[in-house]
This record gives sequence, C-alpha cells and structure tokens, in this order.
Amino acid sequence: MFEAIIDTLTTYGWDLVEKTGEHMYISLAAILLGVIVAIPAGVLLTKIPKVADRIISFVGILQTVPSLAILAFLMPFLGVGVLPAIIALFIYSVLPILRNTYTGVMEVDHSLKEAGKGMGMSSWETVRKIELPLALPVIMSGIRFATVYLIGWATLAAFIGGGGLGDLIFDGLNLYQPELIILGTIPATLLALLANGLLSMIEKKLTPVAMRGETA
Amino acid sequence: MLEFKDVTKTFDGSKKPAVNKLNLTIERGEFVVFIGPSGCGKTTTMKMINRLVEPSKGQILVDGTNVLDQDSVQLRRSIGYVIQQIGLMPHMTVGENISLVGSLLKWSKQKQQERAQELISLVDLPEEYLQRYPHELSGGQQQRIGVLRALAANPPLILMDEPFGALDPITRDGLQEEFKKLQKEVDKTIVFVTHDMDEAIKLADKIVIMNAGEIVQVGSPDEILMNPANDFVEDFIGKDRLLQSRPDVTTVKQIMNAEPVTVKEERTLKEAIQVMRDNRVDSLLVIDEMNTLKGYIDIEMIDSHYKKRNFVYEAMDTEEYSVHSEDLLRDSMYRMLRRGSAYVPVVEENNRLVGIVTRAALANMVYDTIWGEETTQVAATE
Repeated sequence: MFEAIIDTLTTYGWDLVEKTGEHMYISLAAILLGVIVAIPAGVLLTKIPKVADRIISFVGILQTVPSLAILAFLMPFLGVGVLPAIIALFIYSVLPILRNTYTGVMEVDHSLKEAGKGMGMSSWETVRKIELPLALPVIMSGIRFATVYLIGWATLAAFIGGGGLGDLIFDGLNLYQPELIILGTIPATLLALLANGLLSMIEKKLTPVAMRGETA
Repeated sequence: MLEFKDVTKTFDGSKKPAVNKLNLTIERGEFVVFIGPSGCGKTTTMKMINRLVEPSKGQILVDGTNVLDQDSVQLRRSIGYVIQQIGLMPHMTVGENISLVGSLLKWSKQKQQERAQELISLVDLPEEYLQRYPHELSGGQQQRIGVLRALAANPPLILMDEPFGALDPITRDGLQEEFKKLQKEVDKTIVFVTHDMDEAIKLADKIVIMNAGEIVQVGSPDEILMNPANDFVEDFIGKDRLLQSRPDVTTVKQIMNAEPVTVKEERTLKEAIQVMRDNRVDSLLVIDEMNTLKGYIDIEMIDSHYKKRNFVYEAMDTEEYSVHSEDLLRDSMYRMLRRGSAYVPVVEENNRLVGIVTRAALANMVYDTIWGEETTQVAATE
C-alpha cells in the first residue's frame, strides 16, 4: 500500500501539483465572487430588516439543493469547464457570508450608530467607519466557514470538467486505484485545514482590540 | 441662536403628539436644561434640533435658518452631540474618537492630532491617553472623551442627552462641576436633557420643564424654585427640595423683623436706656429723621460714656454692618454667622433702615428646613 502510494506519487507527481493549483484557483475565485456579492448584499439587507429575514431564508433554501444537482442544472446554460464550476461554488459561498454580514452589522451596538449619525456621518460613512469594522470578525468567520466548505465541494468541479483535485479522485474511482483517490483527498483536506488556520489568524488580527477579550 | 416656532411632532401610528406646539427661544451662550418625566417629549424636542427626529409641523431656526432647509449631514456636523451611552467607537483610539468629526470634515491628520491634544488638555487627562482604546478608560473618563468629541469641530451649539445619567453619583458630581466650568471657558450654547432635578438646578441657566409634550414652565433655577408655576412643577421639584432650597432663594426681606427697636441720634443717653428697658433689649439701632441707619449703641457704651456724654450720636458706634433687603439669605447668612454678631440691620436704598435679622430668626429658618414647617411641631406635642 505504502509503496503503491510512492509509486503513484512518482507517476502522478506533476499532475498533483497542477490539480492542486486548479483546485485553489476554483475555490479562491468562487470565494472572492461570494465576498464581492454577499457583503454589500448583507449590508443592504440591514437597511431593510423587514424583508431581510425572508430573503435570507430563501437563500438558505437555495443552499439545500444538492451541489451535484446545481452543477447539472447549470450545464445546459453554461456548458462545462471552469466557469460553471466557479459559479456553482459561488452560489454556495453566498449564504454563510450574507448571513454573517447581516447578523454582524445588525449586532453593532445601536448607540454607536446613533452617535455616528448624530455627529454627522452619512449612511455610507456609518457603514464604512462603524458597521463594517465592528462586524468584521463575524463577517470573517462567515468567509472562513464558506472557504472550508468550498474547498471540499470543489472536488465536484471535476464532474463538469472544471478540473482540480476532483479529477484525481474520479480517475481513481474509474480506474479502481484507491491510491489516486487518497492522493486527491489528502491535499484537499490539507488545503481546507490550511485555509481555516490562515483565515482564523486574519480574523483575530482584524478584531478590534477592545473586542478581542470577549471572543477568545 | 435657537428658536422653536409652533413645533409639533407626531410619531407614525400615534394620535397624540409627542411634542405639541412648542415655542421657545434660546440665547447664545445659554445653558438650557430640558427636564420632565419620561415620555414628556424632552428628548424628542432635542433630537429635532439636529434632525435625528424630523419635526412634523412648525419651524426650528438655528441662527435664523430653518434646520429643514439644511442638509441633515452638514447640519449635524455643525452641532455637537453627546449621548448617555457615551458611544465611543471601540475600534478607534481615544485620539481618533475625539477627532471623528474632524475626519468627517476631511481635516489633515496633523490638524486632527493637534486638536485632540488641545482638547484633552482641557480635562484632567494625560496626553498619553490619546493612544489608548476606550475600554481601557473608566466610565467617567470615557464620558469626558465623549464631551471632547462633541467640542472637536468647535460647534457653537451642543446637544447633550442625559450625558451623566449612566455614571455613579460621585463621578457624576465631579463631571458636572468640571463641565460647568468647561462650558464657561469654551462659551457654548448647550441644550441638555435630564430627568435629574439636582443636575438641572446645578447646571442650568434656564430650566425648561416639560410634561405631555408641552412646556409647563421656563425659568432660571431660582425662579422655578421660588415660584413653581403649578402643582405639577411643585411635585416634580419635590417638597424636600423646595424647603432645602429656601436659603438659596429666600431674600433677607422674607425673614427679617420689620420693626427693629431704634433710637434717634439726637436723643439723650437717658432716653436711650429708657427705650432699651421698655423693649427688653440691650442694644439699639441709631437712625436720623430720614430713617437712615447711622450706627448702633448698646448698654456697655452707654455705661462707659454716661458721665462724659449726653447724646446718643456722641456715644454710638458708627461702624455698622448691614445687609440689603433684596440680598439672598444664602449670601448674608454665612457672613452674619461668621461675624459672630447677634443681629444684623437690614437696609434699602440710601441706607434707609427697614428691619433686622436676628440669630433667632435664622434658628427658625434652619429648624423649618430640617423639620418642615409647623406640622411636625404639632405632632410632637400631641
């Protein structure tokens, strides 16, 4: 078994590096898209709290659709390849980031918002100088959560020709080579753990000094 | 400076207006305290000035301009604002908090820093605190910063919503003193909301008492304590405070004895002794034909001069200490007691004698303050 893995490593070594790169690219692109869309959307939702809950549960329902199904649905519209894979994953990244942005901003002490407004902050300044900085730790943990899941789910991208470590796993399944499956799985897991650690660190860094004690 | 004209605010979904046809003028440099029970509309009134609440009807003029004609963001930057919850930004240093309005006004970093240093020197805090974060400061220190933050852009008008309400009594007391002094130094117009009557009396130039959305009484603390407009005001001030405040607002005239025992200066010493004997006193106030206070004479003076002098004006002591009838008792009482004299003559214009305050009158006054009037005396004798 051990020898077999060494063997596969020497055979598929270059493949592994390439697939890991693809995997990271797909996940990162999906997460970035998610951040760009979900954070502004989350902040906007806090301005319309009456409908916000309904919108969030709707997005939540979207999330329960099996990922394989989403990939299949998207195929007729977007075809196969990297782009549909990224878009499918992006859909999954939206909810955790959106929900955390919404909660984080809503939880910012009301008196701080009032103080800001009373001192003459425009709505945009309130968002930029008060709401976002104070909600940042909660938003970051949403991003972290989404990233870890996305790195796992990105293996499914191989299913629609998106590449990534999923390719190795599918090859392993098709060729009855468990070593290949392991070769695809372990880096994916390591990537997820690494991303989690890295984002935790950033999260701590970004937490305002005054709030560090509470979250620890 | 600030003018309310028929200002009315009715909140959505409520029939009764929160503030009803309010009219009020506030002068530059005045310290105005709005006070009343919760829900009386005092906070709403204040928040309409910087448009955190929009008036439904009427006009609010700041320096002659209707606030509704100004951009609300610009308006708020030109008015200082301090809230009860302090509201310092936990993710900003003390210095950044102080110059928050400066940063909104796009001041240079250097100007912001200089202003913060200048301001922190106004209160009793070291400059190093500018680098600290709000949570490292005590509540009282935090609210000092809250006040400085409102002063940063040097606004002529500052709104304060129960700023000392959340502090412990000792800190609150210290901060009130400090703030009153600061207000005189920086010469601002202050609109201050509180439900604490002691605070209002201590700080205000003008107190505005509100109830159910309307102004019940406007006046200086002394005016309100002396002449409460109606039962509501009297209840709100409280019986205790009205009694305790008596030395503060009572004038000498109110407690003096209007019929002092006197003797004309051209009378003989013999006649003076007769007057003393008849009235059972040991000293007399000396007056002339016009009732002008000339001095006093007592039994010892008569005794030592009896053989050598004949008339009162030759033997009397002309170095007479007196108080004016309109003087506040609080000022006169202290001097009277310190001098150790048994009485003090009360005069009006041209030194005309109108009465006398004796130590006995003061004793009655203090007794009333401590025990209330008469009632307890009756109860005690039953």
